[in-house]
Amino acid sequence: MSGTRPDQSKLYHRKMSAAWWLKKPSYFFFMLRELSSVFIAIFLVVFLVQLYQLTRGPEAYAAFAHKLSSPGWLAFNLVTLLFALYHSITWFQSSAIVLPVRIGERELPRNLFVALNVAALGVVSLIILVLFLTLEG
Amino acid sequence: MTEQKNSEPLWWGLFSAGGVVAAFLVPIHIIIFGFAVPLGWISDSGMLYHNWLIKIYLFVLITLPLYHWAHRFYFALNDMKLGFPRKPVAALCYGGALVGTLATLWVLLSL
Repeated sequence: MSGTRPDQSKLYHRKMSAAWWLKKPSYFFFMLRELSSVFIAIFLVVFLVQLYQLTRGPEAYAAFAHKLSSPGWLAFNLVTLLFALYHSITWFQSSAIVLPVRIGERELPRNLFVALNVAALGVVSLIILVLFLTLEG
Repeated sequence: MTEQKNSEPLWWGLFSAGGVVAAFLVPIHIIIFGFAVPLGWISDSGMLYHNWLIKIYLFVLITLPLYHWAHRFYFALNDMKLGFPRKPVAALCYGGALVGTLATLWVLLSL
């Protein structure tokens, strides 16, 4: 199987409009899923900037956290949270297909796999929250 | 071309690990740092982030989803058929994640 790839310039490419993903709901949700990574990345970069403020002292850190209480940032974080949860659900759904869990001969039903992952997300989130509150308090 | 092909499993591995971190760890962090702390529901003195174990955790939390973003953004931009050249877009996406990794390392080491 060491065949060479066909010359790209000789292949037929159907012209595709840049708005193809607006033509079907499933395409649109695919793009929405891809877009979730942008919001997650921005949130993490903002969090990194917040940690950078801490290197300048606790006052700068507190001032930055206060800045995030403005309506604009709260709205951004609400949108980001919805995108993040959308990422979680779609990630679990694709994991159910890519990494199917078998019990004996039978495959774990995909819906159950997703439900177990959602439960794990809840447990992990709760552990992080409790740890944060205990260590901070 | 061959070099790009050989490094593909690495980028895909980082994408995948980043997807897991984003799926399981990011939502609660948005709730804590996007709402609970700014709105004063819980307090955050910042003392925790001087601890080494927590620094390692934060490194994983911040950097891996950046590679997840790089991979998705690169392929989404290609799929959108906007006519951007492939290689510079790849350099910007994966390079951006690398810069983010170095910045995270620098901030965490200065804490």
